[in-house]
Amino acid sequence: MALNKELSVKDIVAELRDGMTIGIGGWGPRRKPMAIVREILRSDLKDLTLVGYGGTDMGMLAAAGKVKKLIYAFVSLDFIPLEPFFRKAREAGSIQGVELDEGQLHWGLRAAAMRIPFLPTRVGLGTDQLTKVYPDLRTVTSPYDDGEVLLAIPAIKLDVALLHVHKADRLGNVRLYAPDPFFDELFARAADRSYVSCEELVDRIDGDEIDARFNLVERNLVNGVALTPGGAHPTSNVSIHGGGYGWDVAHLKRYCAAAEEDGGWQKYAEEFLRGDEAAYQQAVGGADAILRLPRQVF
Amino acid sequence: MATTDFTLAELLICACAEVWRDDGEVLATGIGIIPRLAQGLAKLTHSPELMITDGEAYLTEEPVVLGAKNHDGRRYGGWMPYARVFDNVWGGRRHALVGPVQVDRWGQANISCIGEFARPKRQLLGLRGFPGNSINHVNSFFVPNHGPRVFVDKEVDVVCSVGYKPERWPAGVKQDYMRIHRIVTDLCVMDFGGRNDEGGHAIRVISLHPGITFEQVQAATGFPLLQADNLGETAHPTEEQLAIIRRLDPKDMRSKQIKDNPPGRR
Repeated sequence: MALNKELSVKDIVAELRDGMTIGIGGWGPRRKPMAIVREILRSDLKDLTLVGYGGTDMGMLAAAGKVKKLIYAFVSLDFIPLEPFFRKAREAGSIQGVELDEGQLHWGLRAAAMRIPFLPTRVGLGTDQLTKVYPDLRTVTSPYDDGEVLLAIPAIKLDVALLHVHKADRLGNVRLYAPDPFFDELFARAADRSYVSCEELVDRIDGDEIDARFNLVERNLVNGVALTPGGAHPTSNVSIHGGGYGWDVAHLKRYCAAAEEDGGWQKYAEEFLRGDEAAYQQAVGGADAILRLPRQVF
Repeated sequence: MATTDFTLAELLICACAEVWRDDGEVLATGIGIIPRLAQGLAKLTHSPELMITDGEAYLTEEPVVLGAKNHDGRRYGGWMPYARVFDNVWGGRRHALVGPVQVDRWGQANISCIGEFARPKRQLLGLRGFPGNSINHVNSFFVPNHGPRVFVDKEVDVVCSVGYKPERWPAGVKQDYMRIHRIVTDLCVMDFGGRNDEGGHAIRVISLHPGITFEQVQAATGFPLLQADNLGETAHPTEEQLAIIRRLDPKDMRSKQIKDNPPGRR
């Protein structure tokens, strides 16, 4: 039977369960599968452990009380260095935080991807991470003549990975044309199941040799694909082929301002998350406006 | 030729650019407007061999102009996604100029949080890349607000980047790849070339910015400082350096980096 992995965002969220460990691709305000995140926000899911280089994904899900534990290297919006709802949740002590070095996080995902219990590194030794931040960390001693003491970063096994890409087909092939793919590949490899939202969905991608090199992962790692044009909003989804969109500075400022108000999250949710994704896009200025958001220049 | 008219921000850009002198072909990473301008200035003056990025995912031989409206005309020598940044970090081929929130006498720095980690009084950025950077390659610090809340009297609240405190380096833990090169502040330039009573690295002032005394620096620091034997004044920007800075920062974003944009001579 021919493969058809097309799902709706609702179908994807229906596959998730309370207490799952969910890795989310992207980086800060870049290429977050926000249409899926918004559907989680509309759901009854709770007690999630989220893993990633966090941005609005972690901030919103923490604000909405969906999160038990965050495993993060940072939670940042880049031009706003600290995600304000993440800050609030941390300072209220309402979520458990496992704070990792940026490189350690990719190392833990890689260990999970290779189905081994840990990977060694020097990163973290000599700091307070082992004492104050993440006391469960353990060291290992090299079995070779050097006898070096290294930190064992435990595998970060994911139940599910959620990613956003430029293009997918119904077989589960994907194309990611971002300037930086970040560590999305490792999220997919570390997960039991991966779901991908995409800007464009076709029956079958038949690329040339150059285009084929932009497949983030093989299709046997992709369990479902959902078409969500503009679905990374308010984070960016830049394409090296031109097109794509920048992050929505005005909307992100509006969102961050909500963190300063009493009941700010509820007001934000009331204004933007009451309806479906089409209603959301209407509320933020329309699908066309999202796709026209200019790419940030650094 | 040194000039008489320059801002503190411009002086700091030039002092920061010096941190990469004689580093070879390392990836130079300056975080923030002043360090970023400094990395471009270093490359365009004394260290053209440095590798720098466009601030995103590409290597460029021509430092990008701050505040550009689009990517027109940008040319890239290569691709530098974060995966390769980590490879450069872990391989020791990088020198970062970073901005810690707290620094102690051992050069240990904090950007994670103030107070208890489980429920911080103030959540800061988090560990970010500090543990990995500091144990794998050379780092320098940029502190635009030299004061006792930054240069703390005891240990920093959360040691995010490693320093020269012997108790932090038990047998078997390899310290060979760490080095803290310089600390550039709004008052002075310091390094770790001093020696404390135990013979370990100690922070010393190697140059004072125009109009600043050692006593002022000491009063703004929570631990005792040493003075370099040849303690002098931080080099003033030259006309050539200022011209490059203006070209890299045509919108004068540097003028908004330090409160009230003070002159370089105080």
